[in-house]
Amino acid sequence: MDIEALLLARIQFAANITFHILFPSITIALGWLLLFFKLRHNATGDDRWKKLYGFWVKVFALSFAMGVVSGIVMSFQFGTNWPGYMEKVGNIAGPLLAYEVLTAFFLEATFLGIMLYGQGRVSNRIHTLATVLVCFGTTLSAFWILVLNSWMHTPAGFEMRDGVAHAADWWAIVFNPSMPYRLSHMLIASGLTVAFLVAGLSAYRLLRGSHADDARLGLKVGVTLAAVLIPLQIFVGDLHGLNTLKYQPAKVAAMEGLWETTDGAPLLLFALPDEETRSNRFEIAIPKLASLILTHDLNGTVQGLNDFEGNHPRVAPVFWSFRIMIGMGLLMLAISWLSAALLWRRGQLPPLLMHGLVAMSFSGWVAIIAGWYTTEIGRQPWLVEGVLLTADAAATNVGAGLIWSSLAIYMTLYLLLTVAYVLVLFHMARKLGVDPAQDAPNAAPFEEKHA
Amino acid sequence: MIPTDLVGGAFWLPLAFVMMMGLGMLLYVVLDGYDLGVGMLLPGAKTEAERDTMISAIGPFWDANETWLVLGIGLLLVAFPLAHGIILTSLYLPVTLMLAGLILRGVAFDFRVKGRASHKHRWDHAFFVGSALASFSQGVMLGQLVTGFDGSLWGWLFSAAIGVGLMGGYCLLGAGWLILKTCDRLQAASVRWARRALVFTAFGIAGVSIATPVMSEVIFAKWFSVETFFALLPIPLMSAAVVAMLFLFLTRLAQDIKGENVRGIERWAWAPFAGAVAMFVLAFLGLAYSLFPYLVLDRITIWEAASAPESLLIMFWGAVIVVPTIVLYNIFLYRVFSGKAQPLSYSD
Repeated sequence: MDIEALLLARIQFAANITFHILFPSITIALGWLLLFFKLRHNATGDDRWKKLYGFWVKVFALSFAMGVVSGIVMSFQFGTNWPGYMEKVGNIAGPLLAYEVLTAFFLEATFLGIMLYGQGRVSNRIHTLATVLVCFGTTLSAFWILVLNSWMHTPAGFEMRDGVAHAADWWAIVFNPSMPYRLSHMLIASGLTVAFLVAGLSAYRLLRGSHADDARLGLKVGVTLAAVLIPLQIFVGDLHGLNTLKYQPAKVAAMEGLWETTDGAPLLLFALPDEETRSNRFEIAIPKLASLILTHDLNGTVQGLNDFEGNHPRVAPVFWSFRIMIGMGLLMLAISWLSAALLWRRGQLPPLLMHGLVAMSFSGWVAIIAGWYTTEIGRQPWLVEGVLLTADAAATNVGAGLIWSSLAIYMTLYLLLTVAYVLVLFHMARKLGVDPAQDAPNAAPFEEKHA
Repeated sequence: MIPTDLVGGAFWLPLAFVMMMGLGMLLYVVLDGYDLGVGMLLPGAKTEAERDTMISAIGPFWDANETWLVLGIGLLLVAFPLAHGIILTSLYLPVTLMLAGLILRGVAFDFRVKGRASHKHRWDHAFFVGSALASFSQGVMLGQLVTGFDGSLWGWLFSAAIGVGLMGGYCLLGAGWLILKTCDRLQAASVRWARRALVFTAFGIAGVSIATPVMSEVIFAKWFSVETFFALLPIPLMSAAVVAMLFLFLTRLAQDIKGENVRGIERWAWAPFAGAVAMFVLAFLGLAYSLFPYLVLDRITIWEAASAPESLLIMFWGAVIVVPTIVLYNIFLYRVFSGKAQPLSYSD
């Protein structure tokens, strides 16, 4: 088997899905937030809610488009690079993906047109309904995809016949052991991403001297949402970790950087895992804390990587992405609670904190990518835990050279577009409040009337 | 070819799914076809306002239209897993290029107006390039499909020719859509574009029709055996008739526009688009007949490639209930945005 081709295929899939996840992370929660803005405006008539809606609906439109085009790439990736996946587990993955497209993707894609451009053409009721349907569609999409992804980590409800997985119990497949944790963790993660994006861009506008009253409101909404969600996320994340310990202990061992099975395992703040010697260098450890968190017993037993030799992921990437995610989470906790306290008590924030919030605008992206890398790299060498190895699913008739070309095309596009996206968002925030007429979607120096 | 030993669901479910997949692909080609066509016609606009109008003619629809591609390829993925791997790996490079084109086109919609005003023309250019790239790649894929992935030089030349032909076909659809949705100079220009695109499309379809039986003995036998030749003759005859009628309609429209006969224009404004759709439907029927029951020509039939009947059944019921619903709310979308293209606004 061509090692280079396999590695390139894995890198390409990682690149595609990393780029893709950036955008649903925003649109899932932002849709609901837009609905909230709309309902608040309906209820109070307060113009600030309308202005917030007017700005963030544009961010939503742009993010949605990026999510759609990158999502379409995903639907082709299974075929172009990983045909073994559908051949082996297609009887389970097929219906789940089919239902995602049929019930969710179409729903959001169609009503998006009405939500974005239909306000002058349909009643407010229909427009609100269209908005609800778009939100529902994006959330339902997340549901189906996470059901499938969870099944890949904790497969259930199936039986193997002639080397192919067949569905035996759809309830068990959908509500597999890790699904509730993964789904809630991702939905809250989207909420946090949006909270910090809203807070950060609002802070940016205020720092640039905007006196717009909706910027202040936006800041408050973002900061408050973040402050409420982060403790919830930490709690759900902990439950998720415990569930992973039960079903994928090798992954947890890698996350903890634990080589030997230990009673009273320490929590490693820093370490450089060495696969050759199967040990860590430069450990900075807090004694017993890992056992306490994982087993609720200071001297509880935690399995080490050596119990899974030959059957565990590469340690360093899992170890470090986990710490980046946790670190970001703690930073989110600190900054959101401090900001929320000050904002609700005093009504404004010191410049340092404002700059901090601007810097945290895309903190959700960092945490989400780190978290996904932890769980997906952590599942290796398995593509479907205990059922299908990643190496066995790769296309055998696509050579490394071909993958180099497609990888180059994707990476170039993704880098350019991500940079463009971030720059345009800040550009939109700067432009706002300067010339409202310029904010129309196809603003031209003049408009022509049509017969 | 058609198996005699399969019973019940194992026989009719793959049949049902290939028909659904075909329908999904046809809907995609016709609907996103006009989006991509308008994108390729964008350089024909004389002013920024005209470009904005062309984009607003497709703005509310493109996302929903593109989703039929996801459905079509998704059905290939979920219903015929054993074939989809072979098909997509054989089409690796055209698929990648198509995706690059679709990405560029999709994001250009938003970046052109949300980015700096000075960058707008760059994004318009990306819109054009993306549309052209996606269209050409799709044509190449079609050419490869009908020749059973002929990797020879002739095979790729043939596929490239289909690529150009499909670009012409999409331009015809796009121009037809613009005739419906615009007026004044843009509408007049669209009539001229439609006439030019018609020539390309007619040659393209003729080219596929002639070359396909030449490239494949199986297809030749299907069309030119004694029993089938006369039964199938209506398809090429009707296609020729549609081409002729389109020429007439477009000429008539050009006259009406010149004479500023607004009633005449609006009476027949729907005809070019309808004619283009008819051409695509006829071509599709011919193609479907040529390929059936193979997914990979001469190698893999729908029955050989299909998923287990239990899985197909679960998806079938879902599709039967949901697809008509999807069609209904798409019709609703088109009704909300019926009439001439208006500047797209996020507020009322």
